[in-house]
Amino acid sequence: MKLSYAKHTLGNGLDVLLHEDHGCPIVAVNVWYHVGSKNEHPGHTGFAHLFEHLMFEGSQHHDRGFFQPLQGAGATLNGSTNADRTNYWEVVPPNALELALWMESDRMGFLLPALTEAKFSNQRDVVLNERRQNYENRPYGLAPMALLAALFPPDHPYHWTTIGEIADLQAVQLDEVHAFFRRYYHPANASLALAGDFDPDEALGLVDQYFGTIDAGLRVGPVRASASLSDETRLFFEDRVELPRLYFAWLTPAMFADGDADLDLATDLLANGKTSRLYRRLVFEQRIATDVSASQNSREIAGYAQITATAAPDHALDEIEAVIVDEIARLAAEGPTDDEIDRGRVQAEAQFVFRLQTIGGFGGKSDQLNAYNVFLGDPAYFDRDLERYHAVTASSLRQAVARYLDPLRRVTLSIVPRGRADLAAGGSTLAVVS
Amino acid sequence: MTGRPGPVDGRAVMVDRSRLPEPGPAKPFTFPSIEKSTLPNGLGLWTVTHAQVPVVSLMLLVRCGAAADPPGRDGLAATTADMLDEGSGDRSAIEVHEALARIGAQFDTDIGSDAIVVSTTVLSRFTDRALALLSDVVVRPALRESDFDRVRQLRLHRLTQLRDVPGAVADRAFLKLLYGDHPYGHAPIGSESALTAMTVDDVRAFHASAIRPSAATLIAVGDCAHGEIARIASDAFADWSAGSASLSGERSGDEGRAFERSAESRALPRSPRLALVPRAKAPQSELRIGHVTVARDTPDYHALVVANMILGGQFVSRINLNLREDKGFTYGARTAFEFRRLPSPFVLQVSVQTTATAEAIHEAIGEIADIRGPRPVTPEELALGTAALTRGYARSFETADQIARAVMQLALYDLPDDYFVTFVPSIERVTCDEVSRVMTRHVDPARLLTLIVGDPDAAGANLARLDLGDPQILLPETF
Repeated sequence: MKLSYAKHTLGNGLDVLLHEDHGCPIVAVNVWYHVGSKNEHPGHTGFAHLFEHLMFEGSQHHDRGFFQPLQGAGATLNGSTNADRTNYWEVVPPNALELALWMESDRMGFLLPALTEAKFSNQRDVVLNERRQNYENRPYGLAPMALLAALFPPDHPYHWTTIGEIADLQAVQLDEVHAFFRRYYHPANASLALAGDFDPDEALGLVDQYFGTIDAGLRVGPVRASASLSDETRLFFEDRVELPRLYFAWLTPAMFADGDADLDLATDLLANGKTSRLYRRLVFEQRIATDVSASQNSREIAGYAQITATAAPDHALDEIEAVIVDEIARLAAEGPTDDEIDRGRVQAEAQFVFRLQTIGGFGGKSDQLNAYNVFLGDPAYFDRDLERYHAVTASSLRQAVARYLDPLRRVTLSIVPRGRADLAAGGSTLAVVS
Repeated sequence: MTGRPGPVDGRAVMVDRSRLPEPGPAKPFTFPSIEKSTLPNGLGLWTVTHAQVPVVSLMLLVRCGAAADPPGRDGLAATTADMLDEGSGDRSAIEVHEALARIGAQFDTDIGSDAIVVSTTVLSRFTDRALALLSDVVVRPALRESDFDRVRQLRLHRLTQLRDVPGAVADRAFLKLLYGDHPYGHAPIGSESALTAMTVDDVRAFHASAIRPSAATLIAVGDCAHGEIARIASDAFADWSAGSASLSGERSGDEGRAFERSAESRALPRSPRLALVPRAKAPQSELRIGHVTVARDTPDYHALVVANMILGGQFVSRINLNLREDKGFTYGARTAFEFRRLPSPFVLQVSVQTTATAEAIHEAIGEIADIRGPRPVTPEELALGTAALTRGYARSFETADQIARAVMQLALYDLPDDYFVTFVPSIERVTCDEVSRVMTRHVDPARLLTLIVGDPDAAGANLARLDLGDPQILLPETF
């Protein structure tokens, strides 16, 4: 199974990845900038994401909204920011490929002349509202703030969330926006992928025409940081929720590193779906939790694994904790069954095939090519990525669980209803979150 | 010309940044053609061959949803749908899911007002096993009492948790205020009192009466041929009986239409103009503004779709540009005609910072009123809205799952086979005058209900200026 492509690098360093798929008359344009909230600093958090918003507010030669001409040409488009990267994409009819390249290249090369204080202040308000909507006014919405802050030390770039701190967002100045653009938004720090129904020679010509003259800019070096936990941290806070919820989190290997795929499969078999061990015990048999889930969140510098369970009414988080600890210990001692390993492999294969169905958008083929290119310098990694999952054995999975899901090096967080600090898991101290 | 020359194959090419490139002629697109047959028990089988990737999407549509919940049993259809994968024959719920996991299946059950949809996407080499499993869960669910007790308990816990989710609170309260006791007056999850009163016998009876082959359509899209799917489905669904004698032979639609006629005759309540669900110290107000309007089968469908695009259906809509891009009150605002088989809600949804509540409502209602005539749609807006709907239409048919969902709309709303082909020309025929006409006819600013889920003190300030009267206060326990 392969995701075929051709890679070209323009004279200014811009990587261009081309993947033909003539199944549907559409073309995906996908641009990654290798910058995210990990490139921010304490006191200046939330900046990479706020900047992403400004990229939709017009550039020098089209100093109006970015959406209108593209939507008028039949495009759908969006962008997103995470800790490690920022991406922007359009899916357009083939006859609007040139328009999309014009628009993307104009904001890569000519954003700042159009960036005014008024746009900046408007999008800051929008982002503060995004934060209210998705974090502050949402039950359990502040959990990531508490978990990341406890997992990573204050100077580690994963200590804060991508949405950022309110005070930092309120303090940011327009000149910082200009400096940020100059530092990170240029061809040497970007990767452009096209996927879909286009002629590759013609498309490469257009890409060169629109992007080839943009100044390369400086290469951006990797961000280095390390984190370790030497003991267990037990925290709680009160929130506007009905049922208490328990979170476990551990530091784990980075994206694509040894142990990453093992923990991906381990978290699945522990807590995802009705076949998982924890669903069976907590929700199906003992009925002491209403839900349970888990994930290995692999990032560029480091990863963290997380297990989350919500208590059923009249059941204590301590009861749930005991079951989770017991199941992890059992997996660490005995490893998975052959059936669990077989199912994990088939599911991985199916998920990889499903990923080949769409050219654009978040997670489409163009986005995957850019992910492999930006993080590994190797767009061809798709089939080897699947191979990582096929290489997982009962023994390697068991060892990864034993090594990383260690009860003595863990963050344990309880979120409890207001006024019910007594419902937090035993021994927890108050976390301050906002 | 403001660009600089760039070298391509040694040639100097000037980049013209003085104007945007005009898209050339559109590429032709062939819409999926649907092959149809009917199994002896009345189950409709619709397939589309889409062999891009070795994947098959299977969807079983049952044209019966939460609107069919009997009085006092709000949530029964959803609970029944939820029970389908909780064991089949002598297999437990977990064993059913292990079987799905062994073929790497994605499996989902969806419930809406008018339908239950059970769907699975698999690698095409597992099509036969997936169809057998789909039949097991839909036709032969175990519906055991112990599983029912657990599922009902989980749904009650879910209802408890939803009390703290502002969007869910707003949706439930809004439906109740708009529809009252009408079949659309409750969310599919139902209410605590109805779930508490429900028994496993209710579920068994609902399954027996509602989930029948004559009310269902099996849709298969992917790397598969109609004949092959028909052969496998005939086996898999062979023992799904057509239903009781009195119903067998009856055309599927008739009974549904009789139900709909009786539902339609139920009067809608008189909604207040302004209502508030208190959420003390909430940083945002979750708003719903709208009223009940026409159903999916309105002849004005295409004109309303265009009108909605311009008003609140896309990023560059009037309402989003006003509330987000001009005022910065919100992360995003949108409107929708939430079309269903019966008269459907028109609704504006937005979550705004608490201090801007009254002003956001004023602006939103102003935009809805203005598009009907005072500030009619301009030719430029019409061209943009129309183009956004038509030029990108092909991308809704990229994956097997997308095609299956598109085809399902035809089955659910009795749309003709050439619906996709006629969509673009029907949208392109809409004029500015027609947008004004349909918005005037189907949306009435004087009838709009505005619902706020937010802080009663901070959000409540300045509400009097809106001239909507005192807000009716709703407590979360009452809906």
